[in-house]
Amino acid sequence: MALAIRRSTSDIFCAAKWFIRRDCRVLSTLPEKAEVEVATVTKKEKHIRTRGSRNSALENRFVYPEFLPDPNPNWRNSLREKLERADMLKRRNQIDIPEFYVGSILAVTVADQHSQGKTNKFVGICIERKGCGLRAEFTLRNVVDHQGIEVRYDLYDPTIQIIQVLRLEKRLDEKLFYLRDALPEYSTFPFDMDPEILPEGTPVPLNPVQVKLKPRPWLERWERQDLKGVSNIEEHLKEKDRVRRELRATPWEKYDLMKQYRQTIPIEDQNDIWAEVNSQLQQLHMTRKKMSRKRTFSTPKTQLG
Amino acid sequence: MLKSVVSKLISAQQTCGFHTTACLNEVRLLTRLRVVDNSEIGKRAMAEGKPPKVICVYNKTRVGYIGDRVLVAIKGQKKKGILVGLKQTQKVKVPKFDSNNVVLIDDNGTPLGNRIHVPIPTILRTILKEKTHSKGADYTKLLAIATRFV
Repeated sequence: MALAIRRSTSDIFCAAKWFIRRDCRVLSTLPEKAEVEVATVTKKEKHIRTRGSRNSALENRFVYPEFLPDPNPNWRNSLREKLERADMLKRRNQIDIPEFYVGSILAVTVADQHSQGKTNKFVGICIERKGCGLRAEFTLRNVVDHQGIEVRYDLYDPTIQIIQVLRLEKRLDEKLFYLRDALPEYSTFPFDMDPEILPEGTPVPLNPVQVKLKPRPWLERWERQDLKGVSNIEEHLKEKDRVRRELRATPWEKYDLMKQYRQTIPIEDQNDIWAEVNSQLQQLHMTRKKMSRKRTFSTPKTQLG
Repeated sequence: MLKSVVSKLISAQQTCGFHTTACLNEVRLLTRLRVVDNSEIGKRAMAEGKPPKVICVYNKTRVGYIGDRVLVAIKGQKKKGILVGLKQTQKVKVPKFDSNNVVLIDDNGTPLGNRIHVPIPTILRTILKEKTHSKGADYTKLLAIATRFV
């Protein structure tokens, strides 16, 4: 009896300690960090509004996301990052790596020693972009002869000959892995697709298409991922799945400022990086534009001649 | 009693006790495959909804990679086949397929069918050439019946 009482008291003590520790952790870090965060952000915003040129440099983080290093502090190394950026710019001098997003349709031609013509072209929708620096990679998906195929490419692979954007657009989600479980018509693209040219200065269009999933079994639990690009997810769910989705939901994560901070590169670091590479990137962009304009202008001449 | 209450509280807070990861999609013993050629036995097995099972992978690790020879059980018979497309995550520039595809061959490496109706990865050209020996089986006949390479 006495032993039981002692054990129960120790349990209470443990539980109390556990709760206190939890609460303490929350109280000690979050509010003060949150204040600091908000203050810096507002200060930075003012800073940016006063300087217009900085703002355009910061827009680069969407166009060239691989220039930003991995936010994990264990993997940071300023010298390696600098060398990698220099190498990336050198590679970009050699080949035109266009602006594209997850959901854009790309055609990639690589030098392939295994194929007969020594080159290999693959067309598909970009379903994922990941990696930083020279390790940046993207995945294309297409359905050929009723068979879903995905190919992963390194963005700075020296064997890549041409990367062409056939249709520049964004989708509602950051990763389109659900296309693997969707009906095949949503990821079918012909190999002889013509590139669609957007008029200059237009923002990148957002394609609000919502795909239909095939019935279960699925490769992942899509219902728990809060996907916007799927229309018929509810009709395949049972009551059990809805309950479990509620149990596993993490609605507090959008208020977790520390988590957000750890997943992103701070503005100060970004400004240093963009100041280093922005002028060269702009120059490259301008020369490519000039070249393309020349090419479009010269084609009718050759036809006439 | 109190201990049980506390443990319930803790278990409600924490996640489930076991570790879950995405499966590796490896081709191993008893994996179901998809026959992609037009051999009679393969077509009938797929139409009946009884796809072949791997009963041996002919390499040291017993995990099938692209271009590996496998022994499959199909409609009560033992047939050999070559893996021509895998679900598993592949190396860069090697296509990853939505299903594990196999082409049936006989002991000499001659395919049982005469047409493959899905794309074949180009890297298979090199792999199969390396595996072919002048006196042994000739696996490159499989490449001749392919309709499309990716």
